Amino acid sequence: MQFLNSQLLINAAYLVAAVLFILSLRGLSSQETARRGNLYGVIGMVIAMAATIATNPHVAGKFHSFLMIAVFGGGVIGAVMAARVAMTGMPELVALLHSFVGLAAVLVGYSLDLLGDGAGGPPHLAHRIEIYIDVWIGAITTTGSVLAFGKLRGKLLGKKISGTPLLLPARHWLNLAMLIGSIACAYIYAKDGNQIGLHIGTAIAGVLGVHLVAAIGGADMPVVVSMLNSYSGWTASAAGFMLGNDLLIITGALVGSSGAILSYIMCRAMNRSIWNVIFGGFGAAPAKKPEGGAAQPAGEVQEIDAPGLAEQLKEAKSVVIVPGYGMAVGRAQHAVREMTEVLRNRGVNVRFAIHPVAGRLPGHMNVLLAEANVPYDIVLEMDEINGDLPETDVVMVIGANDIVNPAAEDDPTSPIAGMPVLQVWKSKLVIVNKRSRAAGYAGIDNPLFYKPVTKMLFGDAKDAVEKVVTALKA
Amino acid sequence: MKLGIVKETRPEERRVAASPAVVAKWIKGGWEVAVERGAGDSANFPDAQFEAAGAKVVDRPEAWGADIVVKLRPPVVHPDGTCEADQMRDGATLVSYIFPAESPQLLECLAKKKLTVLAMDQVPRISRAQKMDALSSMANISGYRAVIEAANRFGSFFTGQITAAGKVRPAKVLIIGAGVAGLASLGAAKGLGAIVRAFDVRPSVEDQVKSLGGEFLTVKIQESGEGQGGYAKEMSKEFLDAEYALFREQAKDVDIVITTALIPGKPAPKLWFTDMVELMKPGSVVVDLAAEKGGNCEVTKPGEVIVHKGVTIVGYTDLASRMPTVASDLYGTNLLHFLDEMGGAAGHKIDHENDAVRPALVLEGGEKKWPAPPMKKAEPPPAAAKPAPALTPVAPPASKPAPAKSHGHGHAPSPPSKTVGMVMAGIGILAAIAFVALRYGKADAYASEETRALLQHFTVFIMAIFVGFQVVWNVTPALHTPLMSVTNAISGIIVVGGLLGARTDGPLHGSTLVAIAATLFATINIAGGFLVTRRMLAMFRK
Repeated sequence: MQFLNSQLLINAAYLVAAVLFILSLRGLSSQETARRGNLYGVIGMVIAMAATIATNPHVAGKFHSFLMIAVFGGGVIGAVMAARVAMTGMPELVALLHSFVGLAAVLVGYSLDLLGDGAGGPPHLAHRIEIYIDVWIGAITTTGSVLAFGKLRGKLLGKKISGTPLLLPARHWLNLAMLIGSIACAYIYAKDGNQIGLHIGTAIAGVLGVHLVAAIGGADMPVVVSMLNSYSGWTASAAGFMLGNDLLIITGALVGSSGAILSYIMCRAMNRSIWNVIFGGFGAAPAKKPEGGAAQPAGEVQEIDAPGLAEQLKEAKSVVIVPGYGMAVGRAQHAVREMTEVLRNRGVNVRFAIHPVAGRLPGHMNVLLAEANVPYDIVLEMDEINGDLPETDVVMVIGANDIVNPAAEDDPTSPIAGMPVLQVWKSKLVIVNKRSRAAGYAGIDNPLFYKPVTKMLFGDAKDAVEKVVTALKA
Repeated sequence: MKLGIVKETRPEERRVAASPAVVAKWIKGGWEVAVERGAGDSANFPDAQFEAAGAKVVDRPEAWGADIVVKLRPPVVHPDGTCEADQMRDGATLVSYIFPAESPQLLECLAKKKLTVLAMDQVPRISRAQKMDALSSMANISGYRAVIEAANRFGSFFTGQITAAGKVRPAKVLIIGAGVAGLASLGAAKGLGAIVRAFDVRPSVEDQVKSLGGEFLTVKIQESGEGQGGYAKEMSKEFLDAEYALFREQAKDVDIVITTALIPGKPAPKLWFTDMVELMKPGSVVVDLAAEKGGNCEVTKPGEVIVHKGVTIVGYTDLASRMPTVASDLYGTNLLHFLDEMGGAAGHKIDHENDAVRPALVLEGGEKKWPAPPMKKAEPPPAAAKPAPALTPVAPPASKPAPAKSHGHGHAPSPPSKTVGMVMAGIGILAAIAFVALRYGKADAYASEETRALLQHFTVFIMAIFVGFQVVWNVTPALHTPLMSVTNAISGIIVVGGLLGARTDGPLHGSTLVAIAATLFATINIAGGFLVTRRMLAMFRK
């Protein structure tokens, strides 16, 4: 009777939690309801965890305190990480947290394997298959996320990691070989519960995760992060099958499909197929460029200094700011906000144009601008602003490159050909702020810099914008 | 197909429906064009220029006898019920201003001839139809001309000057109604160097006024004057009182007042009263662009220029016609785009599905088609988008069209049917596998039970994927990062696995330790994910 009651209770609690998670995602789809959405998620999670702990018949023993330490310790660590992270470090944090989900899934799988059938033997066949799948996806997510974290940070374990894709020869064959190896290991493990199979399978999945992410170019990081988000959801779902737990299945599927949609939206924004991104066909293109610069856009770049730019801005009636990853790296968003305020007080119509894949995380720029208190109604999407650019007096491109590259429209051989870009070159004056003349993260030269309407403002984003603000106030 | 351009017969009408430049484009587009002798004379387009452009200059009956007659003003209706259009062939097409709501007699007369009639004044105010919007073209000209008329009668400079003989202060111009005409006036007055203020009841036009260098005046009462289709609506008494107080204050200060307020289908609202005129300095000028609809100024005499207590009030109703050259050219270009929209010379037809053409269709073969039924895919009201057009300007405004959202590269697109198809196919294959597994599993009682449970879980799984797709599909791009971090936190639900696996009651088993480690990582993820989402969302402000 006790058991029945607890079973009823837990099912009811799981149902409520699942509904709350759905409401949470629903809430996150618009600004007005987003905060409530987050709250729903928290409540759902608390209910799910409390119900699980309260009804687990095996949980009340002498090692109970260990578990509680893990729960509260994890909570505190997570809270500290969340409070400490700078908004510019958001992509890294998200990537790192994905790896924790993957790791947790691997550990849950191993735990079940170690537990066996409860009578000293290995788990049942169906369980073995589910454990293997859970561990396999979890391991890919873990190592892939850790590498993504490293790529976003530029270093991992003290070693520098570049954003350029690592393209091993015959990498598709390598992937295929690893897949076949994984299946073979699955067979070994599933056949009679030989743990060697599980261990080797985990190792192969780990290598596969690294290889998949390593082959993806830096410009595609937003897609990678949302793909890993999706993987972490599928991992949870796989664990749900393993444990026969519907809440895990539902929640994992929600997260998995959400991440998949985000990846799809990102890919569409870049006019690329998702397969192309996953298997890293993209990064190969720049390498094929002929040596000697035959494809380099010819021409002189014109420079402008901060006081000169301030003069231009004073005379402008409408200004559009295009932020990119450079703004995030330079932590220039507050200086940009200050410049926006000064200009708006002078009656200049200042707006922001956000490309869907600007930054290293979907929606990255919106978050940074929000942090700097830029009102979100002047932050527009690409489709909203492209039509206005021809009538814009000054466009300031701050730390963005590929998303304003006219080659995407003009040069069919360009690796980013067909990707929708912000057509800044149609405006009356384009100011590009860059630290140097190097190519963008995607490794492609940008003919925009050589256009007659373009003037370059070289220097660190924060420095440069602050100088402009000083000149504007003078 | 033959186009006929006829001479306008209303007194004081100097414009013609098209310029030689437009005619040349028509000829190039495969039209045959016949121009009535002398049609362009008053607009400074002599017959020779039309001939040089490739048109035939013909007598009146031949021009009226074309397949399509293009004209500017509505055909004149005579007291006996006949009208100019009686000269047309039965079943021919007329494209012109019609103002169908105002002249039932004209419609009757046109219907008798079984004509197909398209009214240029009824072209809808949607972004796509901007290039055919003749009312806006004419309003732009009127707005410019209003400033020129004012300057012509004003006894001083518009721009401030410091000369050897002393300092001249700049003129102050007040524009009421920042529609197309109002904004054109603003630009012209600013160009002459005046200090320009513009009043409008719609707060949304503030940016446009400022972008042209004007100062925006409004009433500090919470009421938006945003009405249907970019026009302003009528305001409450409280609002109006505050508005009039503002006007009285301005009247003492400004030199030039240009009023452009119209409310569709109604006489122009009176908002510049006799006492305001009397408050103005002698020598000031009022130009009333709404004179044709009775005027915004109480003392306006439509069509005339009068002086009231030293203040000149210009009530011309034909300002656009006073600049006939450019007016004819712009009207002609609107016509050119309109005929192109209908298929050009080769494919000319009336497409009832075309949301730019259908509203303009007044008669088809003599049968009344006006007003048009509402279109299914109506654009969102301009107010919601942005540069909402004008305050009841002299003509429907919409100076800068809201750019139509491209559906090609939109984020948050609706799921393409192809994707849905692929998802369905995937589910079908998985279901088939599950079915086979079930059949196979029947051999073994335990496996059968397991597979049945598996199938059940699988159903839940697929449902959840669908819910996920439905829920997340329309997320705002700006929220991608918070969405990702919240889903990340939610995927920490894997903690349930850790909690269930941690059997702390028995002897300490390896599996319990591993499960506790899993719990630790999952909770880091949960706390970190939710808190960081909260931090991010707290930053978003309007």
